[in-house]
Amino acid sequence: MPVINVDDLTDKDKAVMEVNQLKIEIKLERWLTSKCCEEIKEYIQAGVEEDTLVKGISEEKNPFKEKGTLCGARGAFWG
Amino acid sequence: MAAEKAEMDALKKECDGLRAQIEAARKAVNDTTMTAAANGVAPLGRVQLKLRKSLKGHLAKIYAMHWSEDSRQMVSASQDGKLLVWDTFTGNKLVAVPLKSAWVMSVAFAPSANLVASGGLDNICTVYNIKAASPKTLRELDAHTGYLSCCRFLSDSEILTASGDTTCVLWDLETGKQKMVYTNHIGDCMSLALSPDMNMFISGACDSLAKLWDLREGTCKQTFSGHTSDINAISFFPSGNAIVTGSDDCSCKMYDLRSDQEVTDYTDATLNAGVTSLALSNSGRLIFAGYDDFNCHIWDSLKGEKVGVLSGHDNRVSCTGVPADGMGVCTGSWDSFLKLWN
Repeated sequence: MPVINVDDLTDKDKAVMEVNQLKIEIKLERWLTSKCCEEIKEYIQAGVEEDTLVKGISEEKNPFKEKGTLCGARGAFWG
Repeated sequence: MAAEKAEMDALKKECDGLRAQIEAARKAVNDTTMTAAANGVAPLGRVQLKLRKSLKGHLAKIYAMHWSEDSRQMVSASQDGKLLVWDTFTGNKLVAVPLKSAWVMSVAFAPSANLVASGGLDNICTVYNIKAASPKTLRELDAHTGYLSCCRFLSDSEILTASGDTTCVLWDLETGKQKMVYTNHIGDCMSLALSPDMNMFISGACDSLAKLWDLREGTCKQTFSGHTSDINAISFFPSGNAIVTGSDDCSCKMYDLRSDQEVTDYTDATLNAGVTSLALSNSGRLIFAGYDDFNCHIWDSLKGEKVGVLSGHDNRVSCTGVPADGMGVCTGSWDSFLKLWN
């Protein structure tokens, strides 16, 4: 399957492509934004308590923390 | 000549008519915005993440990074001509992949962690086996007629690419051939993202449009407009029902797929820098957006407010990523450093 080179498309080809695409998109059944926003809000609220970046993380559980100075010189040993 | 002009005029008229109908259909279902719907949600207050690690190793601008699905390894790409695979828990470099072409713009980790891919101004997506004794080129996917701006593995046998030639392509890694070509954008494709269920993907382009594609059928299902400049970054909201975009017009937007329209605009009068990259926290509440102003700004996705900033880079933040376990966020910059925050 050849890659279509857009440089080869004439202005008319592009216009036809656009019309055909709009004819596809016009048929879409659209939901009320209130229903959609409600779902997004519910999705977030269901997961936010476990979201580390929102809730934070303790030093001991933090996988990215710098290794302690006690074992500083031997950091590689733990790595 | 006159006949051609008449034809073009007729087509343009048809386009305008169809667009007006679509806008009317969108308006008809637009009974609220996200910020209005989130009125009762408690504000987050200031989100203050700490810098945990600065990863030093690249010698030039970092253009891209991608987390492995194990949430521990991460691969970065720099125009110093190298890909580096990092163990983010220790800060150690695990693998260095020398590139044939230093002009890299994108990098991806396969879900299996066996393979990485990269590409850029060479127009080629090169796939490497990093589990071999030394990194081995597995495939050179060479058919795009423009730069490779983004690549994402579906598995060890399929990869999706986005290109400056305005197309996206699905490749079969076993044969090295194109399985599907996605054509509809009229500007350079800059970014792509796979849906959580892997049946769809979204692309953002320099025509300021975001498009939703059916991966297997090869068709464009929906088009989202509103940005006034190149869309550089795009991501799915974790539920798969909304998308977030970042643009050179200095704003991010959330579009809902089922109402087929923009539901939030993330803009701030003091932010006059283009958005280069973005990533969402696991619940979807936070949007981390990298900007040309050397910062990664944090947005409350529900309330549309800026709630924090990751400051520390000395140049443009070019890439941002949150690992699958959501434990942190990584920023990569033209200052040649990668930083880990949480």
